[in-house]
Formats: sequence, C-alpha cells, structure tokens
Amino acid sequence: MHLVLFIIFGGLCVAGALNLLFQRHPINAALSLIVVMSSLAVLYLLLGAEFLAAAQVIVYSGAIMVLFTFVIMLLNAGSEERTHGSKAAYAIGIPGAAALFAALAYIFLSNSKSLSTAKLGDYIVTTSDLSRVLFRDLLLPFEVTSVLILVAILGAVALARREH
Amino acid sequence: MVPISYYLILAAILFCIGVAAFLIKRNIISVFMSIELMLNAVNLTFVAFAHQWHQVSGQIFVFFVMVVAAAEAAVGLAIIIAIFRARNTLNVDQVDLMKL
Amino acid sequence: MNSSLHLWLIPVIPFAGFVLNGLLGRKLPKALVTAIALVATLIPFAQVADIWFRLNGISLPYIEHAGTWIQTGAFRAGFDLQLDHLSMVMLLVVTGVGFVIHVFSVGYMGHEEGYWRYFAYLNLFMFFMLTLVLAENFLLMFVGWEGVGLASYLLIGFYYLRTSAANAGKKAFVVNRIGDFGFLIALFLLIWHFGTLDFSTIFAQVAQHPEWQGGFLTAIALFLLLGATGKSAQIPLYVWLPDAMEGPTPVSALIHAATMVTAGVYMIARTHVIFNRSPLALTVVAIIGVATAFFAATMGIVQTDIKRVLAYSTVSQLGYMFLACGVASYASGIFHLVTHAFFKGLLFLAAGSVIHALNGEQDMRVMGGLWKKMPITFWTMTSAVFAISGIPPFAGFFSKDEILYQTFLSPGGKLLWFVGLVTAGLTSFYMFRLWYMTFFGETRYKGASLAEHGAAVHASSTSKLVLEAEPEGHGHGGIHESPWVMTLPLIVLGILSLIGGWLGIPEAMGGHNAIGHFLDPLLGSGREGSSQLALTLAAVSTLTAGLGWFFAHLLYFAKPELPEVLTGKIRGVYALVAHKYWVDEIYGALIVTPLLIVSKYLLQGLLDTGVIGGATYGGAYAAQGFGAIVQRVQSGNIRSYAGWLALGAAVLLIVTYFGFTAHFGLR
Repeated sequence: MHLVLFIIFGGLCVAGALNLLFQRHPINAALSLIVVMSSLAVLYLLLGAEFLAAAQVIVYSGAIMVLFTFVIMLLNAGSEERTHGSKAAYAIGIPGAAALFAALAYIFLSNSKSLSTAKLGDYIVTTSDLSRVLFRDLLLPFEVTSVLILVAILGAVALARREH
Repeated sequence: MVPISYYLILAAILFCIGVAAFLIKRNIISVFMSIELMLNAVNLTFVAFAHQWHQVSGQIFVFFVMVVAAAEAAVGLAIIIAIFRARNTLNVDQVDLMKL
Repeated sequence: MNSSLHLWLIPVIPFAGFVLNGLLGRKLPKALVTAIALVATLIPFAQVADIWFRLNGISLPYIEHAGTWIQTGAFRAGFDLQLDHLSMVMLLVVTGVGFVIHVFSVGYMGHEEGYWRYFAYLNLFMFFMLTLVLAENFLLMFVGWEGVGLASYLLIGFYYLRTSAANAGKKAFVVNRIGDFGFLIALFLLIWHFGTLDFSTIFAQVAQHPEWQGGFLTAIALFLLLGATGKSAQIPLYVWLPDAMEGPTPVSALIHAATMVTAGVYMIARTHVIFNRSPLALTVVAIIGVATAFFAATMGIVQTDIKRVLAYSTVSQLGYMFLACGVASYASGIFHLVTHAFFKGLLFLAAGSVIHALNGEQDMRVMGGLWKKMPITFWTMTSAVFAISGIPPFAGFFSKDEILYQTFLSPGGKLLWFVGLVTAGLTSFYMFRLWYMTFFGETRYKGASLAEHGAAVHASSTSKLVLEAEPEGHGHGGIHESPWVMTLPLIVLGILSLIGGWLGIPEAMGGHNAIGHFLDPLLGSGREGSSQLALTLAAVSTLTAGLGWFFAHLLYFAKPELPEVLTGKIRGVYALVAHKYWVDEIYGALIVTPLLIVSKYLLQGLLDTGVIGGATYGGAYAAQGFGAIVQRVQSGNIRSYAGWLALGAAVLLIVTYFGFTAHFGLR
C-alpha cells in the first residue's frame, strides 16, 4: 500500500518536473510545478509529517506558485525564444548535473543497508510536537524569521515600485 | 514498506532535473521556478531523514526552509519585475552586462 | 706613554670641509666657502707641523686605533692609523703642498661658477690622501687609494659640460680600476697567507722567516706593482695622465704631480719588506720605471700644449722614483718624491698662472716674450725648470743624482743608469724648450685681436664654459702678472725648489744626507760607494743636463727655424712620437673595442635583453595570456555560470565523499 502510493505520487513528481523541463511557455512550467509540489505534500504525509504537508500545500502551492503565476501574467511572458547564449551551460553543465546525479545515486544506494525502511505510521510528528520545539527550544529563530519576512516584504515593495 | 533510500533517490532525481532546467531554460521566471524545484527536493531529503532517525529537527529545518523560500520568492520576483522594466526582456541571455 | 696625537683628526677635518662645502657651498658666499676650504687644509698642516717639532718626544712607530671596522672569525681590520718616519715625510708633503695649492686655487678658480664644488672635491681628495698615508693596514690604505681615484675623476671631469673632460675623467677612473684590480688580488693573497692585513703583523712575520724568498711573495709584489702602475701612471697604465690635463690646472698640480700619483711610490716604499724578498719583482719595478721614464721623455719633446709637456714629464719623473725603488733604494725614491712635489707642483702652478694671464691659452706656439710681463711667474718657473733639469744647487739635482748613483751601484744597474742618464738629458731639453717657447722670443700671443680670438680661446679654454666674445677682467692693458694670491704660492714653492734638495746633500759633497738618515730606521740605507765615484757621476749628470740646455737654446732661441728643418728630415719618427706611439689607438683596438663589442652584443643583446628581458617579459606575457584565457569565464551570462556551478558542485561532492570522509574514517 505504502509502496503503491509512493510510486504513484513519486511518478507524478518526476513527470511534473520533466514537464517543467520541456515546456516552453512559463505558465505551463508553473502549472507543472504546482503538480510537483502537491505530490510532494502527499509524500510528506507518507513520511509522517502532517504539518509540513499542510504547509507545503498552503505556502508553496497556494502562495508561492500563485505569486509566480501572477508575475507571469503581469509581465506577459511569452514562449521562450531560441537564443543560444552559452556553450558552457550545455558543454559543462549537463555533464556536471549528470555527474551530480550519479554521485548522489551511488552514495545513497551504497549506503542503503544502513538505512531503514519507512513504515506508515511509524513516526508521526504532530503539529503540537512541532510547535513544542518551535516555541520552546527555538523561539528566537522563530521570531527572527518573522523579521525576515518583514524585511522581504519591504524589499519586494521597494524593488518592484514604479519609478516616477 | 518503502526503503528510505527510495525517497532519497527520488529527491536526487528531482534535484538534478532542477539543475538541468536551470541550465536549459531561457526565461528568467522559468529559471527561478527550477530553483524552487531544487529547494523542494532538498526538503524531501530532510523529511526522509527525519523519519529515518526519528528526529524532529529534520522537519524543523524544512519549516525554516519554507519560510526563507517564500521570502526569497517574493524578493526575487520583485527583482525580475525591475529587470523587465529596465531591459524590457525576460531572456536570460540578454541580461549580461556584468562582464569584462 | 705619549699623550694621544689625535691622528684621526688629520684626515677628518678636510672631510668636514668637504661635507660643509658640498652640502651648503652653493648657498654660501664665496668668502665663506674659501674660508672653510682653507681652514680645513690649514689645521691638518698645523697639526702635522706641530707633531714634526715634537717628533723627538714620540716613540715611533706610533699607532692609533680609532675603532674596529671588520671583525669576523680570526680576521680583524680596524681604523688603525700609524705615524712613522715615512708617513711623517708624506704628511708634511701632502698637507704643506696641499695647502699652498689651495691658496693658489682661490685666485685661479675665482671666477668659476662651480667654485664651491671645486673646493669640496679638493677637500675630499685631501681626506682620502691623508687616509692613504696614515693607514696602518692594507684595507684602510685601499680605501684611501680608491678614494683618491674617485676625487681625481671628479676633478678631472670638473668641467663636466665638456665631452673631452668627461671622457678624460672616465678614462682615468677606468684605467685606475685596472690597477686596483691588481691591488685587490694582492690583498686577497695577503689575507690568504697571513690572515691579516695589518702592516706591523705582516712585516714582522716576514722578517721572522728569512727563508721566505720569492714564490708567493713575488706574486703579491707583482700584483701590488700592477696597482702602483695604475695609480702612478707607469707603463702600461700611464695613458690616463696626459688626458687628465682636462681638469683645472691646480688639480693637475696637486693630484697629478705632487700627491696622488706618488701614492704608488709610497705604497712600494711602505711594502718594501715584501719587495726586498723578491729580486724578480724588484727587477720588474726598475725596468718599468726606467722604460717609462725614457718613453715619456721622448713624447714630452714634441708636445705643444704646455700642460701636456708637464704631464709627460710627471710620468717620466715617476719612472725615476720607480727606478729608485727597483734598485732597493727606497729612501732616494722618497727623496725625489719630495723634491718633485715642490718643483712639479710649482711648474703646474706657474703654467696655470701663464694660462690664466693668457685667458686660457695653452698652446706654447702662441706664447712667448712673457718674461718681462710676468716677472714673478718667470723667476719662480725658472727655479723649477732648473730643479727638474738637475742643475745644482737646485732641488732636483740632489734627488735625481742620488737615484742615478744608487742605480749605478746596484748589480746589473749600469745599463739602467745609462738610460736614466739619457732621460735626464731629454728632460733638461724639453723643459728648457718649454721655458724658451713660453717666456722668450717675440710675443706671439695677439692680445689685440682678442675679440674673435677670445671666442675661440674660450671655446677651448679650461677656465670658462660660456662662450664670451669679451674676455672678462683681462681686456685691459693686455697680459699682466697674476694677483698675489696666486704668486705667493709660486714664491713659496720656488724657494723650496731651490733649497729643498739640501735635505739630502750626500756626504760626498759635504752634507749630512738628512732625509736619508731620517728614513734609515724604516727603509734601510742605500748602497755605499766611493765618494770619488759619487762626484764623478754627479759631474756627468750635470754635464748631460747642460747639454740638454744647450740644444734647447740652439733650437728654440738661437735658431728657431731649425726645428722644422730637423723634423722634416725624420718625418716618420717624428710622426710616431707626435702621435704618442699610437698607444691609445692600440689600446682602443685591442682592448676597448672588443670589450665594447662583447658588452653590446653579448652582454646587452643576449643576456640582458634576451635572457633577463625575455624571462621578465615572458613572465608578464604568460600572466597576461593566462589572464586573458581565464577572463573568458566571466562572460556575464548566467547560464554559463550555472554550468560551472553544477560542475563545481559535482566535483565538491565527489571529492568530499570519496576523499574526505574516507580519510577520516567516516565511511
């Protein structure tokens, strides 16, 4: 059961990512990314992270990607032109990415015996567990992030303002 | 009964697709979205390890990553708007003034 | 036991004069510059004179340690000064004649713009010369040795805007340097064999080992001789002295007659202990001496520039001093050094007086008839001419005669004696020739046409650098005697040229040979012969001198058209001698030109431009090229940056996991 769910939603993730890769219009890419994020939320649930699954949907899919979509519409972004800007990106970057994947895969696979299997319901972190840690042990970082968000808001407003 | 390594490899796949998208895409907004994809892949890794070792700190990490990603997305998109207003293009190859 | 004589003050005070005049002289009024210069020379003279009068109360040799200079391992060289009989004589000559010439310079150089510079250099010279004479070890003597070379260069090239003067200064310094190279080799040999450079230590050691004959001592002596030939203008390094006449005339008097050029003779006398152990070296010294004397005298006969005649005469007389040392009669060499300082110094100063009166004219062919117009100069110069020709009772007679006598007595010396005798005749001839051409006959110098002559004169003059149509100061009333500030030194030296020889009247003629006995404890006495022989030889020399006078009188006074007829008959030989035997040209072709070629093409072209320049420029180009390649990474293109990032991340991950973690056993 767990495995089936994993395969379905994992496949959805990969499909969405590949679609992001191959779509030429940014709006299509944005919509595929929403699919990826939602599937990831399900995967979080499978791993016992309730709060994070909800936050993923609310924050990522619901806010960030909507923001992306708004900007795409605002700037009237069209299909990408076929410009050739950089040979280095293809010549060095793709092999680099491939090497990265190969290394990661090797590392994870070679250590897989020291990793256990995930069982549904094995380790569930409730919201209260999470908030207990956040508001007791990590109160200061928590408050600092609110300042961070404030700064981000101010920065975004200042940067995007139309100059008169 | 899914081995944790499957999750990890899935995250690695997502991450590398994100890198590839970063390299291939010519629209600034698409590039930015690939960055978000990379961040999500990392989040999945953290959650997987949190489940592995029964530690909540992995999920705390994801929490903070989300916060920062949100802030970064806001500011980044504001910058993209500013660039669009200045250069009137969203093509990454045409924003290359910082060169020797 | 003695109260300190403060020998160190003797050189240091002129040095202080140099510093003051050198740094501030440009801004000081002329009177102050003069005062500093004269005081800086007078005080040492007074101090030396004081020591002289107290000499009986001082035990000689008196050594003063003024500080340690080098102390490494077992080797020590200090600022040690010594006073003994030889240095006493040299000190008197250097400070006395030096002061007199300083006074003369006040008048002669009075109109120069570089007045302060001249006196600064002159004081510098005094400092180095006194260091040379007072040094108690070879190293300090070498400091003085090099230093007088430097001062000579500065003063020869005093009129630095003239190319010929600058070249002459360079030539003097370079030729001296060759000699100094020999001196240096000798120093190294001395350190190697004796481990020290102190005179007292070395001479004592040599004295304790009578079995040390020849061998390394010959080597040391010969290298010292090379240094001496450079400094004292002997064959083969004499070529700089005639060119050195480009400098102001008082410089020629002081440095190139009385003091610096005698440093070589002094050095040989100082190191006579070493030379005495090497008959080979002594023979070489004697042969070089007499050959140079003869050779230079032949060249002096045909010169037309009054200073050149005196220059070759100096070379010739130095040859006599070398001859004296070569026959191990060092005291007579020093005696001739002293009298030579008097009369040669006087000859140059008097020539300077004549040149000054004629607005810089130095060519004897346009002189003449001056004896009535410049009486003091005339009579003092006559005293000097008689002295150098060896006519009794003037100074040169006694000293030159002593040298010839000692040469005759030495084994195998009769040939040397004969050549020396002939040279004495030649000396007398060319000196009287100079005398007649300059002072007698009709006045060939045309003062009336000074307007256009003046311009030409000034272009070739030694006393002004600026072309002037109007000669300053002497346009009135034609030629006249020099001011008292110039004639007083002439008179002093004139008197000394007469009585200076009386220091060394030999016993054969009823004297005490005071100077010989004075120098005996140090230099050893000369050979003894019969007084009959001494008187015979003296008569022969006087006769030869008289013959020289006779021919000069014949050719340049009685029948002045005769010289042209004679030179017409021996045209080839005359050309050879007039061109100084082409020695300068030979040196130029054999030594100078190859060196220049090697320097230009090999050292400059190949090594400097090619190797060093190539390496430097090559490094620069490589850095530039490498930079240009690396520069292309910074293209401004985000995607290429991303590509590099991806690659870097992959490399980092692989290296960390497979290298780092494995190394620390985390796997």
